[in-house]
This record gives sequence, C-alpha cells and structure tokens, in this order.
Amino acid sequence: MPINSLDQLTAPLCETGGELPHLAETIIAAARRKGVDAAEVSISKGAGYSISVRMGEVETTEFHQDVSCGITVYSNHCKGSASTSDLRAASLDETLDAAYDIARYAQPDTCHGLADAALMAKEFPELDLVSAWPISLNHATQLALACEDAGRRLDARIVNSEGASLSSYGGRSLYANSHGFMGETSGTSHSIGCALLAEDEAGMRRDYWYTSARRAELLDPAETVGVRAAERAVARLGAATPPTGPCPVLFEPEVASGLLGSITGALSGGLLYRHESFLEGSLGEVIMPAWLSLVERPHLARAAASASFDTEGVQTRDKYIVEDGRVASYLLSSYSARRLAMETTGNAGGIHNLILEANEYKNRSALLAQMGRGLVVRELMGQGVNLVNGDYSRGVAGFWVENGVIAYPVQEITIAGNLRDMLKGIAAVGEDADPRRRVRTGSILIDSMMVATPESL
Amino acid sequence: MSEIFETAAEDCLDGTDLDMSRCENLLAGLMAPEVDAGELFFQRERQLSWLLEEGKIKEGSFAVSGGVGARAMSGEKTGFAYVDDIAWDSLKPATAAARAIARSGASGRVAGFEKESGEPIHSLSDPIAGMNNEQRVDMLKRVDAYARSLDPRIVKVTVGLHAVQESILVLCSDGTLSGDVRPLIRMNVGVIAEQNGRRERGNAGGGGRREISWLLEEHRCDQFAREAVRLALLNLEAVDAPAGPMPVVLGPGWPGVLLHEAVGHGLEGDFNRKGTSAFSGRIGTKVASSLCTVVDDATLADRRGSLRIDDEGTPGQRTVLIENGVLQGYLTDKLNAKLLQADCTGNGRRESYSHLPMPRMTNTFMLPGAHEPEEILKSVKRGIYAVNFGGGQVDITSGQFVFSTTEAWLIEDGRPTCPVKGATLIGMGADVMQRVSMVGNDLKLDSGVGVCGKEGQSVPVGVGQPTLKVDDIIVGGTAH
Repeated sequence: MPINSLDQLTAPLCETGGELPHLAETIIAAARRKGVDAAEVSISKGAGYSISVRMGEVETTEFHQDVSCGITVYSNHCKGSASTSDLRAASLDETLDAAYDIARYAQPDTCHGLADAALMAKEFPELDLVSAWPISLNHATQLALACEDAGRRLDARIVNSEGASLSSYGGRSLYANSHGFMGETSGTSHSIGCALLAEDEAGMRRDYWYTSARRAELLDPAETVGVRAAERAVARLGAATPPTGPCPVLFEPEVASGLLGSITGALSGGLLYRHESFLEGSLGEVIMPAWLSLVERPHLARAAASASFDTEGVQTRDKYIVEDGRVASYLLSSYSARRLAMETTGNAGGIHNLILEANEYKNRSALLAQMGRGLVVRELMGQGVNLVNGDYSRGVAGFWVENGVIAYPVQEITIAGNLRDMLKGIAAVGEDADPRRRVRTGSILIDSMMVATPESL
Repeated sequence: MSEIFETAAEDCLDGTDLDMSRCENLLAGLMAPEVDAGELFFQRERQLSWLLEEGKIKEGSFAVSGGVGARAMSGEKTGFAYVDDIAWDSLKPATAAARAIARSGASGRVAGFEKESGEPIHSLSDPIAGMNNEQRVDMLKRVDAYARSLDPRIVKVTVGLHAVQESILVLCSDGTLSGDVRPLIRMNVGVIAEQNGRRERGNAGGGGRREISWLLEEHRCDQFAREAVRLALLNLEAVDAPAGPMPVVLGPGWPGVLLHEAVGHGLEGDFNRKGTSAFSGRIGTKVASSLCTVVDDATLADRRGSLRIDDEGTPGQRTVLIENGVLQGYLTDKLNAKLLQADCTGNGRRESYSHLPMPRMTNTFMLPGAHEPEEILKSVKRGIYAVNFGGGQVDITSGQFVFSTTEAWLIEDGRPTCPVKGATLIGMGADVMQRVSMVGNDLKLDSGVGVCGKEGQSVPVGVGQPTLKVDDIIVGGTAH
C-alpha cells in the first residue's frame, strides 16, 4: 500500500453508488422471500488513519477500515436483529437467518415496525459533509509534531506530554427498508489534539485541547491547539481549597454541552415510555428561564451532526425542543412514539446539531462579574447524573472566583444539586460557543449548587 | 494445553484461505530490519443478547465479527493496520501499511515459534450453543415475574442477557504462538420502584466466563432480581447525602472499584513508562497505609476479568501491586515491559483486533485484614457507609478519582441509620489509600458485571475488596 497521500484512503469511501445499494436491495429481497412483514438494513463502511507523536517522536501510525451490516426483520410484530462485519453473500445470508430466528422467539409488540412510509425522507439537501484531506503521511506527522512542540515550548512548567495526534476519517452509510426507501450519507471528520502535563512542587496536572471539523481548512492551526493545551495545563497549577457550601457555578462550554445532553436525554422517548425520566409528562411545561430555547438544526452545511434522515429513514426537520423555556418537543423514534401515542420526531439515533439560543450572550468577564464569588467548572468526573429523578453529583476540576475574577484553580471538589433546579436556575449564557461542535452552547451560569471541598462547613 | 490452541486456531482460520504456514508468511511480511517485533492478532467473535422489558421479550440480537490486527514495533514506535476480512489479499497490504513506520528493506527475523501450553482456567463451552433460545427466553420471563412478585411498588422490570464466544490467535515474531477460547456471559436486572410519585432505580447482575445455565444454579438470577428490588425500594426512602469531608466505610465486593480507580489505572505501565502517572517513579515507596495489599489476578477460575493468556499471548498471572502499603510494580504489556526494563505481567489487552493492546487490569482486589466488619462500623461516630457504586473515573496524572454511590447509608454512633441519595465521592488516589485505617476480614469479589474503559477501549474486568474504612474522603451531597 503506497502511503504517500492519505486522502486516497478516505476519498473513495465518500462516493455514493457502487455495490452497497445493490447489497441492501438483495438483503431486503431475501427477507421478503422469507415472508417477513418488514425488514431494514444499514450498512456502513469507513476508513481513516491516525498519527500520534510524543516528546517529538512518532509513536503510532494507525490505519483503520471498518465495515458493518445490521439487519432487522419484523414478523407478526416480533422483532429480530443481527449484524456482521463480513459482507460476503454467505455471511449476509447467515445474518438474515439469525435475525429471522430471533424474531421467532421474541414476543409481539404492536409498536414494533418500520416508521410510517409517509414519513420517509424525500428531500436530501446538500449538507457538504465530505472533504478528503489531501495530506501526506509526512506532512500529517509534521503537523502533529508542530502541535506538541508549540505547547511544550510555551512554558517551562510544561514538563511532560501525553502527545499530540492527528486523525482523519471518512465513512459512508446506507439505510434501506422494505417501504422501498433507500438513503445514503457520507462524511469526513478530521481532528488534531494534544495533551500536556504541567508540574510544580504540588505535583503534575494534565489538560488537553483539540480541534475537529468536517473540512481540514476549518481546523484551528496545529500550533494553536498545542498552545491552548499548554495554557490549560499550566492554569491548573497552584490549586487551593475553597470552603464547602452553596454558590453560583459556571459550566464552561465543553461541560455545558453535557448539561444540555442531560435535558435531551431526559426528553428522549426511550426514557419517557420506560418512566425513567424526571421530565416525563413535561411537554408544555416550563423547565428553563423564558429567555432560553433549545433548537435542533439537522441541515446545517458542514456541521458535525447534520443528516437529512434519521436511522429509520424519517425526514429530519428544524425544531424547537425547548421554546422560550417551555418543553416544545420530545425526541422520539417510531417505536417510542407509538408507545406514547405520538408521532416520531425523526430522532431515531439521536439529535442532529443542538443549539442553545438565548436573548443575550455575555462575554467571560461579564459572566464572572455576575457570579461574584463561586466556581468555574472546567472538567466533570464520574457518572453521578440520575435521569430518573434528576439528582446530580459530580467531581470537578476548575477555578474559584472571588470578586468577579479567577482567584485560584481547584480540584478534589464536588458539585451537587437536582437538574430541575439547575435548569430553572440558569442565570446567564456565554458567547463562547464553538460552531463546529455537535452541541453549540456557550458557558452556562447556574445561580446556586452545593459545593463540597476538603474544607468542612 | 495445545487443545485450546488447536480449537482457537480452527475457529479463527476456518473457511479462510489461510493456514498456519501462510500466517507465518504474512508475519514475515511485517518484518523489516528496524522492526523489533511484528504481531498478528486474529479474532472471531459471536455475541447474542436478549432483552426483556415490560414482561415481554422485546428484542434479541446476534452479532458476528472477526478480523486481524497487524502491528509492527520499532523502539517506541508502533505501526498498526487491521482488516475485517480474514483473507490473504486483505492482510498482505495491511502488513505493508503497519510496517511503514520503519524504512522498508529486507525482512527481519522471526524467531522459532514456541506454542504456549497453559492449563484452562475456565470452561471452553460455547455459551451461545449451550441453551436454546426457548430456554433462555423462559429464564428471562421467570426473573421478570419473580421481581414483580417481590413488591407491588415495582413498576418496571428490565432483564438483559448477553453471551459472547470469542476465539483469538496470536503470532508474534518473538516466537509467541498462542490461542484462546473465551466465553463470557452477563445478566443485568434493572427495576424502577414508585411510591407517592417518587421513582427510584435499582440494578443488579452478574456473570463470568461460564455457561448461561450457571445463572440458574443456586437461583443466582433470582438473587439478582431480589437485589435490584431491594436497592430500588431502599432508595425510595433515601434522604439527601451530606456534603464535605468525613469518614467513609466501604462495603465488601464491588466497592473495590475504589482500588481500580484510586490505584489500578495509575499503576498501568504505559503511563509510568511515560512518567505521566501520579505513581510514576514511586516503586518501593509507601503509597498506601500498611494495611493495604492490592493484587491484580488474571488466574482466578471463571471470573469475568480472568485471562488464561492476555491478548499478546502472555500467560495471565497474579501481580502484587501494593504490599503492606509499599508499591511493588506496574502492570505491563510487552512493549511497556521492554521499555521499562521490567517483566511482562501478562496485562496486554485490547478491545478487539481493530484496537492496539495496552496495559489493562484483569481482576483487581485488596487482600483481607483483621477486623470484623461490625467493628469497623462501630468505630465511626458520624460518616457514610457506602455499599454499592455505579462507575468511577480517574485522572491518572493528578491522581484525582471519583466514584458514585448507588447504595449508601448515614452512620450515626457506629450504626447505619438511614439510606442517603446517590453521591459522588472524590479524592486523590495516594492520599485516600494512606487514610485506610481499618481493613475487614470479609474479602469479596464483585458479581461479574464490570466494564473498564481506557482511551476508547472497553474490556471486561473484576474488582473486589473486604470492608474497609477511609478516615476522610469528600462526599458530594447536597445537605448542609
């Protein structure tokens, strides 16, 4: 394999047509011959590479290529699924047989089945998600080296490195079902990341930064990524301990997106029909301040999570999930929608670009000034989010704020509260959103949470 | 035990255009003068899962995957490529791509193969073939009915069954020629209890390298149902957890996730070779109270984290990590053992052929101490008794780790008095281990549901510990 130009690896995968549609049609036809009521097939193929360097030397060069095919059949409202990584005919036949066999032992559920034929996507806007990166192995290595080097040179306290990496990936996937629907998507994703260690007499601290985009020209420069990683690692040095007690908490954008993920998780059909969501029955209810909305925009060009149809072939549409603080839509697949006697929202497989809209976006110093005295959260640790009842308790690394300015970094502390109170308590939103991320949100300021630290009450 | 090797080799190569001599030929294709070691990892895996929800067998799925990972190592450099297709024509270019880290040239040397011949540490029987679908489905229905019968407040029951049969074959230019057959099963029971509009969840489960019928023996699956129901009902009564530093007594078994996070990850050889762990360069120093002896043991029979050989073909072993508080050594794979100039501990693991191996834990636990569990509780005037946990996480560089309780009690005057809501506990690994002041005589291993994630790769693991007391750890509750 000549590995001079790496885009050769990813580019062919991004073309549409070829053998995949034919394979899907063959599988659906074979399923019909077995007498099933409905069948669906998804096939994905991807390839890419990643190059990691550490302390100025190449560490690993990895070449990826992935294939998978999933088949689901429905027979008398019974569902069976099977998947394989082998696309040869004999293996696909066995996979279909396995799905069919499982459906025989599953029990009927009238909510099972394909999404309604009328909802299948008819419009396929150009999303501009494919752009192979014409870069040589040598150049890719140089970029990764430059990234790490810029970070290591920034500050004498940067003593060690976990390395920098560059990766590029291209993939296509196809979904077809026995309504006759067939849709294909393809996309590329490129990224550069770096993790560095800073040290002082109290020990080592690690932080990282990365840039990721559909097109290489939308990436931040490699050096900028390294410098940002170094700045973040150094900023963690000199941690001190604030007192235990309630105070305002500012979630930086990278952790604010997780907070919004808790809302969309709790509004997803799977949790709702299982009675496992603290937002069950919340349609129309006020859960956030009226100056805030959460919007899904699936058709944004070059965006991380754009798609014209969901994993059931249903057309995706722009919609409010929370409008002026009120829950405007759940996030449903056809199955969860039937369970709730509603219609699918085109969210089988998840959300396609989530945006937090506010009537005002503040800059960082205004947010800190508004906070006065409190905690900035840079990193969250642990899984202490209970979506059944909204209880929230996580480990934190970040900064303590006094008199509206950063006073010192903090670690070994926790924040706790309940998501219902936290969402209603949103006091301000920052202007620092990164439009390349799948969740676009600035920092989020919450009026009060309980902070536990090594210092007793 | 060459029988295991023969079975594994047949599983991996059956129906392909490869035999052992063609595999050796491919391995030679990985070698170049600057390549220290070349490796081919063959894997074939079948997975079956069933899900019961709301009293019905909702869905099942069956997955087949297989492929080969080709790795070439030169000093600290690694070249890696993999294919989903076990075939000569796919593998040939993959070996060339992996070798590209070294300048091409005449082939390097492959040592004479030495077939590994360890004894089995678990059954090789295929759990997917062991019971038919009708019997499996009946078992799930029974568990569901039993869980519902335990209390009218149980409004929702989910029962999941997962079985995997994996075969691997490893050829390495250092002469390694190994194969293994690894069954793995797991059952999870999740319930929701409701009372006066309040809803709480309870989860329990177990498994290991066994056949599915093991779940029926000694009513194990009923025990999982009882435990899930007990937890959900208990949490209906839970009050807000306190906030701030306080003594914490950790129950036996699964709370060993403390060791996994607080010390285990920090002792993995890759971090220490690079000097990025809070434990780097600390072998021979005291990193825990002298009551603590922590081991990683791949050789336990039938356990979820057990490995007869690791994913590089090195026999699994028992490694003492901390003895009486003193750090003894790190967990290594071949690459990091070589670079650390240490022995390889057989901890080279990978999620699949499409991932690179790295040092990972197997079954990690603390050896028992002298105290009765009741004595330990009695010693605490006010604190937390944490019996069950969800997951944990660690920042190996600073040593900061967290884990979240799913069953915890307030201790008042030496007795657990009332359950408290889930809270995150946070600490710095070495600090917390130094504050272990009492260790119980009741070592217990977890029931077999653990999954460990590192750099995007998941592998099954086990944890365990006796009851133990940490004098001071931060509890992330909401109560003043």
